[in-house]
Amino acid sequence: MDSPSITEILTPYQNRQREALLPALWDMQTAFGYIGPEAVRRISHTLHVPEADIYGVISFYSLFSAKPTAETVIRVCTDPVCGLAGADEVVHHLCRQLNVHHDEITPDGKYAVSHTTCLGLCDHAPAALISQRGHEEFAVAPVSPESNVLELQITPLYQSIIRGDILLKGVDGTHVESLADYGDYLALHHAITTLGPDGVIEQVEKSDLIGRGGAAFPTATKWKMTRQAAGQPKYVVCNADESEPGTFKDRVLMETRPHLILEGVALCAFAIGATKAYLFVRGEYPESAWRLQRAIDEATHAGLLGENILGSDFSLDIEIRRGGGAYICGEETALFEAIEGNRGFPRIKPPYPTTHGLFQKPTVVNNVETLSTIPGIVEHSGEWFKQWGTEKSTGPKLVSVSGHVQRPGVYEINPGLTLRQLLEDFCGGVIGNLQTVLMGGAAGTFLTPDQLDVRLTFEDLRAIRSTFGSGAIMVFNETADLRDILRRLGRFFKHESCGKCFPCQLGTQRQMEILERADTPLIGDRERLRDIGLTMTESSLCGLGQTAASAVLSALEKWPDLFAVKGQPV
Amino acid sequence: MSDTVTLTIDGQEITVPAGTTMLEAAAQLGIEVPVICYHDATTSNGLCRVCVVDVNNGRLLQAACVTACTNGTKVETRNERVERSRRTILEMLNSGVDLQHAPTIQTLMTDYDVDPARFPDAERREHALLDDNPFYVRDYSQCVLCWRCVQVCAEDAQYTFALTFDGRGFDTHIATAFDIPMPESPCVFCGQCVGVCPTGALKPKIQWGMEQGMTPEQIRQSTRQPRRRQQVEIEEG
Repeated sequence: MDSPSITEILTPYQNRQREALLPALWDMQTAFGYIGPEAVRRISHTLHVPEADIYGVISFYSLFSAKPTAETVIRVCTDPVCGLAGADEVVHHLCRQLNVHHDEITPDGKYAVSHTTCLGLCDHAPAALISQRGHEEFAVAPVSPESNVLELQITPLYQSIIRGDILLKGVDGTHVESLADYGDYLALHHAITTLGPDGVIEQVEKSDLIGRGGAAFPTATKWKMTRQAAGQPKYVVCNADESEPGTFKDRVLMETRPHLILEGVALCAFAIGATKAYLFVRGEYPESAWRLQRAIDEATHAGLLGENILGSDFSLDIEIRRGGGAYICGEETALFEAIEGNRGFPRIKPPYPTTHGLFQKPTVVNNVETLSTIPGIVEHSGEWFKQWGTEKSTGPKLVSVSGHVQRPGVYEINPGLTLRQLLEDFCGGVIGNLQTVLMGGAAGTFLTPDQLDVRLTFEDLRAIRSTFGSGAIMVFNETADLRDILRRLGRFFKHESCGKCFPCQLGTQRQMEILERADTPLIGDRERLRDIGLTMTESSLCGLGQTAASAVLSALEKWPDLFAVKGQPV
Repeated sequence: MSDTVTLTIDGQEITVPAGTTMLEAAAQLGIEVPVICYHDATTSNGLCRVCVVDVNNGRLLQAACVTACTNGTKVETRNERVERSRRTILEMLNSGVDLQHAPTIQTLMTDYDVDPARFPDAERREHALLDDNPFYVRDYSQCVLCWRCVQVCAEDAQYTFALTFDGRGFDTHIATAFDIPMPESPCVFCGQCVGVCPTGALKPKIQWGMEQGMTPEQIRQSTRQPRRRQQVEIEEG
């Protein structure tokens, strides 16, 4: 019955392969609200992918459904910061208004209310993502318990508080940069006409730039290894799958400075000898995706991307891929699997992406913020970049601050600034009395008020066994319930574990179960959490499992009586 | 580049061809590293992590089945950290999956001093028995997600692609596309999946029937009239 439309949808996919599976699934999901057996059969024939594999991919992603869904699905974020802002009340209210249970479709088939993990709108909490059949997703923030679901409208531009002088110079969050605003790609010009690929890498090396995605790997090392790797073609992948709860700096960058990111991608491609780049944008960020696409079109039209850029023999095609809703796809090898049309399972390393990345070819994969620092480094110099920060944490660094502060937002800091200075001078101070700061995201660690004078650098944070992580800084005052925060983190990791390796697949479930009963713990729960946590940390296959207990283990250390049983010795 | 590497495993030095896994090298020394998902005939994916070993006292333990030996490394196949991981994985698995027909895992649980009641109130992966074809039955309550069946159905052997993973994380289970009964799937009933299953999740129909105390006649009859999941749904709806 949907066949004519399925045919129309698949027309542009003729002669394509499995790598086109994710976009084909998105097209079906958007058109029909689900991807049923007939759609799967037809995709299977067009892209030559077994039906079972396609079904497996659909079932992997939160935003895809193999069963019919409501015309409008409202997904409310219930992660820590949105939880603090009343997300549970929003869910209750919406369900009451529609007279349905959570995840139940209204009898007229029009609405369903569900949960989602972080939407990167923590500075406008609580947030919701709306999927309407036939339309692209859009986000609403803040969504109050008084909202009328029938009147939920797209919020045009989330006017995040943004402050910064380098990457965020002149950005006020109300304006999307056009090519006219950004100007010519001067750094790319300089690279092509003067520096050459080695000269670009030399400047990046001199800058001592450390990747901003969370793993803190030196960027130039990646680039050099990929440039030197045998194997063609080579790829650049921009990891825009920002999904770590409390993190929204990349969203702000994509929505306000798309050309800065594109020029960074182009410079990386030029340096390593790639002619194809992918921007993997998480499915929950449709705004970011279309703004980047518009910028790609503008730049291509102006001869700054595409064939023979600026009259040289350097060509670059940049393609956007929207994720299907899976935190794990921020793990670089899981991201490759997703682009290749597989379930987003992380791969065993080695081999590493520099030699065996996307399509098993040499690949540089960098975070959005990392790539956006490149144009400045190339245009000015590596030395220029080092005027900010410390010896080991060079250049400006973006952080996303949310929770109990006067002005949550994205701040560009000069590393070396203390956490106290950030919260007081930039964010207008803590609301109420500070209880704790969750530093680095869900996979980060808790800091206590006596640690506020830590300097925000990679090395200082490491020295107190904390981390910049994704750059998320979640602030909680004394009214916040630590057990509730931990419960939400536990649910997050349980929801996002891919299920590949046993420690994480089982550990995130067992960890969540114990955190769910944290108000009335059983004897031995603290030891259970510790064993689960250490097992996940030491034995999981990828970074997700290795950090899924990080916050819990740090909480056990800071507050030993958090899981104490009444009448039992701590 | 040298064709061999020399390393120390549990204090014993050994030289092996480059590319040899730590699991293989340990076996050459007569050291048995435990495994659950590993099978000689299928691609190793390092899933169960029961084979983790301590390499140079590193921050992370390494899965011996997929970690190649490197020169000069010092491997410990069993110490406190390794035992904690193995025991905890086994305890978590045992609390969620029916392992009564998995003798190898039972032995491991004894060896690692597993407390069967370690995780009270743990959610179990419960699935209704699928008896939808004349050749084998599927009881995913006993499935540990070793992936072997999916792999032999695909590129590791048969290229049939009848099986996949449904869901994610703890809620993952093995399924056909849209959970269709096996006879409606591409399955050719080669039986390889049954052959590599390490637990009682996949069983020949005859064996299962005998275990249920059915007579050969009863098994044959049930074979002619496969109980399909869809029929149950129709009755309910």
